Amino acid sequence: MMRKILLWAPLMVFALFLGVFLRGLHVPENTTITSKMVGKVVPDFALPAAVSSHPALTSDDLKQGKPILLNIFASWCLPCIAEAPVLEELKRQGVEIHGIAIRDTPEDVGDFLTQHGDPYARIGSDVSSQVQISLGSSGVPESFVVDGRGVVRLQHIGDIRKEDITKILAALEDAK
Amino acid sequence: MIAELGLGLLWLAAGLAVLQFFLGANALRMKGRPDLGLAIQPVAIAQGLLAGLSFLALIYLFFVSDMSVKLVAANSHSEKPLLYKISGAWGNHEGSMLLWVTILSLAGGAIALVERRIREDTLIATLMAQGLIALGFYAFLLFSSNPFERLNPSPPEGNGLNPLLQDPGLAFHPPTLYLGYVGLSVVFSFAVGALLTRDVGPAFARAMRPWVLGAWAFLTIGITAGSYWAYYELGWGGWWFWDPVENASLMPWLAATALLHSVTVLATRDSLRAWTVMLAVVAFSMSMVGTFLVRSGILTSVHAFAVDPERGSFILALLLLYIGGALALFALRISTVREGAQFEPVSREAALVLNNLLLTVILGVVLIGTLYPIVAQAMGQQISIGPPYFNPAAGSVALLLILAMAAGPLLRWRRDGFALLVRRLAVPVALGLGVLIAVRIAAPDIGTLSWLGLSTAAVAGAASIAPLWKRSLKRTPLFTWGMVVAHFGVAVALAGMAADTAFMKERLVAVAEGGEAEVGPFKVRLNAVTPVIGPNWTALEARIEARRGDGTPVVLRPQARHYMDPPTDTSEAAITTLIDGQLYVVLGKVNEDGRWQLRLWWKPWVTLIWFGGILIALGGILALVGRLWRERRLPKRDDQ
Repeated sequence: MMRKILLWAPLMVFALFLGVFLRGLHVPENTTITSKMVGKVVPDFALPAAVSSHPALTSDDLKQGKPILLNIFASWCLPCIAEAPVLEELKRQGVEIHGIAIRDTPEDVGDFLTQHGDPYARIGSDVSSQVQISLGSSGVPESFVVDGRGVVRLQHIGDIRKEDITKILAALEDAK
Repeated sequence: MIAELGLGLLWLAAGLAVLQFFLGANALRMKGRPDLGLAIQPVAIAQGLLAGLSFLALIYLFFVSDMSVKLVAANSHSEKPLLYKISGAWGNHEGSMLLWVTILSLAGGAIALVERRIREDTLIATLMAQGLIALGFYAFLLFSSNPFERLNPSPPEGNGLNPLLQDPGLAFHPPTLYLGYVGLSVVFSFAVGALLTRDVGPAFARAMRPWVLGAWAFLTIGITAGSYWAYYELGWGGWWFWDPVENASLMPWLAATALLHSVTVLATRDSLRAWTVMLAVVAFSMSMVGTFLVRSGILTSVHAFAVDPERGSFILALLLLYIGGALALFALRISTVREGAQFEPVSREAALVLNNLLLTVILGVVLIGTLYPIVAQAMGQQISIGPPYFNPAAGSVALLLILAMAAGPLLRWRRDGFALLVRRLAVPVALGLGVLIAVRIAAPDIGTLSWLGLSTAAVAGAASIAPLWKRSLKRTPLFTWGMVVAHFGVAVALAGMAADTAFMKERLVAVAEGGEAEVGPFKVRLNAVTPVIGPNWTALEARIEARRGDGTPVVLRPQARHYMDPPTDTSEAAITTLIDGQLYVVLGKVNEDGRWQLRLWWKPWVTLIWFGGILIALGGILALVGRLWRERRLPKRDDQ
């Protein structure tokens, strides 16, 4: 009897795997991992201006009652160049965008803005990545949708692409 | 025209596969009429030829860059070098499936043509199973992955091939792995055939063994080549990442390695009947599961194939049919197979059983680690499993396995004495202990797995050549040489892995042009960074001089490349191979103060890993040739 059961065991195990595979095929793949920052208030910070043409950025600027797109970028980052036209498009659609330049110099940021466009209202300079890390961001570019009370509603890792525009606009709309 | 011809040939081949299946089924039902049943042989040969011609048609379409064929337009370009034009034929989903089914059918034809030793009805049942497997893949090609589909209107130029795939290594990596996978399908067919006719015995094992050896050798080459490709192309400095696709090729290899050993027990001593049949089924199942994991997109991996849930469901249906069918047949039939010969706990057979058990444990560890993310995902969690799980779990069992490998060949069949074994192993064990003490004194702070690995490699290396001791080397059969070479290769590869893990030096430095840094015994000087332009990329290339002591300097030129279309950044590592290891340099970003980030590795003896892999495969090929040579004079079926 025992031997009989043992002989059918491989088939049972196989059937189990098959069930898991079948289930796995029909679970839609979820590539966005929910950020731990979502639902939390941005940490307090006060960054100096990254470039003389733009005012500096503090955490209070994110709590002015209006949803904001906070974009972490750097002049030395290639995907940020790819992202620049998409940010311009978002600005044309009425989005207010603040930037944080990471490990950058005023000259380089200025050059970046003249070459690739300037969608930013304010730009803070985060020379040592302190604020970036406290925001839970590990790379550039990254963007946060922050509502009028300074609460993070969405964290977007990597460059914002054309196909992400609707997602970002929807998050900003929800944050109102 | 050629595309239509290729498609027509494919349909004809599929028709013959149907015929092959029904001829076989009919012959098995009416046992007295073998003449009609043997008609299955020419049918199988014709099926193989038609599939081969169909594949040639596809190669021709790529050769002339016929852009009216969708697959060519999507994967080729008229200006590509000839090698990549042709390898483009299988560098994509549809073409690689056609290659798969072609090899499968040619293998079926080869069995029909040359196999004369197993019982007639077993041969017919084997070819029937082979026809059924081919049929499933023909259906897959014809209904959901037609490689000959036309594109109307046809574009003037093709899309080209992913730049990462334009590499000579990648032109041969998939065909080698496929030869391995498909060889295992033949083994599977033999097992199903033998189950159907209740003919599980030494003759069946001997007929199956060359296919196991061949498939195993090709899998070994494929895995070794894939590992080296990832090492130099990805620029991460590692040689194994436990990526799902790597695991998908490792799992059939583990099963095939176990089978390779148990089939010898069955052929020589008529033991382990049920187990050998089970392993044959498992080995092919693992190839199918691997194909499924890669092609369905169910797991995220560095290998991006065109992901399609419909195709995934199709392969899943094939899995259900073949593997489910075979396992059910196993459960129904195996109890009618007589129990084989018995053996003592200290004997060659017992060592091989231990080998099989340990390999099965490793297979289980890898399988669970690979599939666990899918299970977790089905329960709504996102997890990824990596080296922290695989390395200690699989590594520690692998060390035990390699110790068993050292002892196994020194044991006699049927019965041996423990004291005798200890005496035969005295020299290797003493050597291993010597290495152990030396390593613990010279480098007391390296990881446990590393020093255990180095000592085990010493024991296994010495023990693996012990079977040649006091023996006439000329009279030693070729397959014994094969075993010795393969086992020695395992020890060599293990030594490479352990040495690299233990003594590897890694540094991330920022150096200005003209500045210097040190890694391990090397002084590294960054001479200049200059922009260079390639056909479809631009790059920054560093010129680096490395010097050990007062030796002659070597020049390395790592690049940070930017491909324009699609915009991708890749880093081309620069690697210098020296006798005792490799120096590996990756160029990173530039800091705001103008210093360049360099990632430097000194990897002592790392090349032994792939050298060992090649030795293992070579051992397999020697054993294959040796077996075929030895058995060519065994009585054929017609003479019995």
